[in-house]
Amino acid sequence: MVNFSYTIFIVLIPVFMFLLIGFFGNKFKPLVSGIIGTLGLFTSFVLSCFTAYQYFVVVPKVGGAFVKLIGFNITWLRFTENLHIDLGVLLDPISVMMLIVITTVSLMVHIYSIGYMNGEKGFSRFFALLGLFSFSMLGLVVATNIFQMYIFWELVGVSSYLLIGFYYEKDSAVAASKKAFIVTRFADLGFLIGILILSVTTKTFDFITLTDPNGSALHQGSSILFMGMSTMTWSMIFVFMGGAGKSAMFPLHIWLPDAMEGPTPVSALIHAATMVVAGVYLVARMFPIYVISAPAALEVVAYVGGFTSLFAAVIACTQYDIKRVLAYSTMSQIGYMMLALGVSGYGGHEGLGYMASMFHLFTHAFFKALLFLGAGAIIHAVHSNYMYEMGGLRKYLPITHATFLIACLAIAGIPPFAGFFSKDEILAAAFEHNKILWAVEYAVAGLTAFYMFRLYYSVFWGKEVHYHHTPHEAPLVMTIPLMILAAGSIFAGFIPFQNLVTSDGLPFIKEIELSIAIPSVLIALLGIGIATVFYRKETTLPEGLSKSLGGFYKAAFHKFYFDEIYLFITKKILFNYVSTPIAWFDRHIVDGGMNGVSYVTNQVSDKIKRFQSGQLQQYAWVFVSGAIALALVFIYYWTL
Amino acid sequence: MFFLFAAMIVIFSVLTVTSRKILRAATFLLIVLVSTAGLYFMLRFNFLAAIQLTLYAGGIVVLIIFSILLTSQIADKLEQPHLMKKIYAAFTAIIGGGLCIVTILQYDFKEKMMEAPATDIESVGQALISTGKYGYALPFEVISILLLAAMVGSIIIAKKRKD
Amino acid sequence: MFEGVPLNWFLILATVMFFIGIYGFLVRKNLITILMSLELILNSVNINFVAFNKLLYPQHLEGMFFTVFIVAVAAAEASVAIAIIINIYRRLTNIDVERVDEMKY
Repeated sequence: MVNFSYTIFIVLIPVFMFLLIGFFGNKFKPLVSGIIGTLGLFTSFVLSCFTAYQYFVVVPKVGGAFVKLIGFNITWLRFTENLHIDLGVLLDPISVMMLIVITTVSLMVHIYSIGYMNGEKGFSRFFALLGLFSFSMLGLVVATNIFQMYIFWELVGVSSYLLIGFYYEKDSAVAASKKAFIVTRFADLGFLIGILILSVTTKTFDFITLTDPNGSALHQGSSILFMGMSTMTWSMIFVFMGGAGKSAMFPLHIWLPDAMEGPTPVSALIHAATMVVAGVYLVARMFPIYVISAPAALEVVAYVGGFTSLFAAVIACTQYDIKRVLAYSTMSQIGYMMLALGVSGYGGHEGLGYMASMFHLFTHAFFKALLFLGAGAIIHAVHSNYMYEMGGLRKYLPITHATFLIACLAIAGIPPFAGFFSKDEILAAAFEHNKILWAVEYAVAGLTAFYMFRLYYSVFWGKEVHYHHTPHEAPLVMTIPLMILAAGSIFAGFIPFQNLVTSDGLPFIKEIELSIAIPSVLIALLGIGIATVFYRKETTLPEGLSKSLGGFYKAAFHKFYFDEIYLFITKKILFNYVSTPIAWFDRHIVDGGMNGVSYVTNQVSDKIKRFQSGQLQQYAWVFVSGAIALALVFIYYWTL
Repeated sequence: MFFLFAAMIVIFSVLTVTSRKILRAATFLLIVLVSTAGLYFMLRFNFLAAIQLTLYAGGIVVLIIFSILLTSQIADKLEQPHLMKKIYAAFTAIIGGGLCIVTILQYDFKEKMMEAPATDIESVGQALISTGKYGYALPFEVISILLLAAMVGSIIIAKKRKD
Repeated sequence: MFEGVPLNWFLILATVMFFIGIYGFLVRKNLITILMSLELILNSVNINFVAFNKLLYPQHLEGMFFTVFIVAVAAAEASVAIAIIINIYRRLTNIDVERVDEMKY
């Protein structure tokens, strides 16, 4: 047996870096804290690769399937014999895959940030917070029980809050960080309710027990129906609500575009590759429960994912801020992943959707992080976020151009880049399960290609803009991560995921079905073609199209007014009708009660204090009367 | 005889506590004490009556009069206290008095008539300093210490401070 | 001379005097008049002792001696009280019992 207890260091090294840089950062030169953070994460990366090698290659499979192993475990709180909260490391295909993804992307972001954040005021603080985030995310993916996952879920939310509001002197950044935290916290309420219902029904928190398809935990509570759905279905829907908030699914998506107020490396790490996939990871982790005990919840997951991807893609076509376009693109791709999980079955070929979703998560991390870091390089060169202030940058930023193009091709799904393989699997799974969803995803694939190349052409081709000072290529420390991620985007597609990460651990055979693959490539090429026609040179075609779409274009540009709706609901309805009475109650009844108690005490003491008046004759009178009264009592009523 | 003394005691004590001029109250107190001495004479406690007259009437009342002269305006009438105060006090006194009198009347006292021992000065003196069964040497000494303490105490309390 | 005077009448006399003294103690305003009421109370107790001695236990003299000691104690106490009153007079220039209330809330 292989001893995996070293895996706990993968999780602990980043938090150790956080503490070190956090407490002592102002004593080092900033560059030193950057290098310390990067070295720590490099160690975690090496350990993760080693763990992956050990897990996938060395550890023997049981019955041909990969097993779930506990690498490290300590019991923290013990409620009863079966119900206890542990902290530990669970190794199974998806958690090992996520370890690789997180440490790779985090390492790239660390290296990149040494260049990008150079000269900023909070340089050490940034690296400390990156370490904290890495720790939280790593702890989340290796969680052995659902409560540990919840703990790290909240930690991830806190890290995201701290990093989005990194430029805390900007009002918009502060507002964005609050919005992100509040929306995800609200979603986490659903998650907690789901956890509680689940654990009450199945009497355990532990993942291995919960997700054992042959075990009894899955089948508990299926006889108790509430409003037509079993308790397991309800709990899984609530748990999905938590995942939907973290992954910015409709309608809890409003925080993700605003989260772009944070520095670009933060957007790359958190809001592209890792934190936002936490929701997908949650559903994948609880997948046996979903598919065996709560298939209705799985339908909800699929439809929410599908709707979100369409919704986000439409909005992304109209945005001008390059980071916002990438944010909506992320939302759309995560919708793909949720949909893939939603249409999946369990076991062998039925589990195609599960495998496709995890595959897409893996490849998406690479090219989305690359897109964001490239956007960061662009912003760094031009000092602006807006597409209309850019153009013709291919001459000035060659390496950024090349890597950005690779990423765009990957996300559009052009072979042989990574995105093609993973997106194709998703479309195949959707086609087998639900033709409507397949059609939606097919359209979204085309839209994805269109808006990504709109972005690409507007930045690198298009009109010639006169820049104040010539944009210069990013320094080497920023371009090396770009190149590494580009290599990942090209080659990650060839990894045989069907042998490694499947719904039940057994490998299955999957070939490329040409009847799905060819139409998807065609629609991608169509999207690229339309974008080329519209945007490669400066034309008036875009304005013509937007005018002809009229009101629909305007609504999409304003993100379908969801922010305004939420603001209306919170301000007019919640504040006036819910918060104001509660505040009145708190001020008048709760505080009033306390004040009343003190008032009564004061009055009573005011009356009682007259007993001690200092008047001699009053004291004597009380003395004599008391003696006479006692004498009366003893003589006539009560003998001792 | 008894009724004469009893009447004097009651009337003059009432006057003491209700009189509005201080000096008159002191005088009435003096008369009460003298009547009490008369009561002792009637009961054939001559020594005690003499002590009563000497100490109480001749010592304490004089002391009281000296302090009145030192501290009050003797020509002014004393203020009447509050009516409520008088009512409370009277109420208490009457209830207490009633209780005690009722208790006394309910109890059967067995009076004896026997030969009284001698109460002349010589035997009293002998008793005061004897240490036998009916000797009062110890209380005598204690009283003397008490008197010493009272003397020292009064002087210290009443001394003029030099600050 | 005292034959035929029952014990009860002495006791009732003493009780009346006692409670008149209590009334005076509770009612009077001048400190010296309070002291005078106190002497009345002590005297009533003396009468009680003497009456019990003479009429219930005539073979002993304990009542008389006790009364002697009570008189001595009363004298000592009166002198200390006067000293205190003089001190109060020096501080407040009047000896109203309602003014001496510094030990209040």
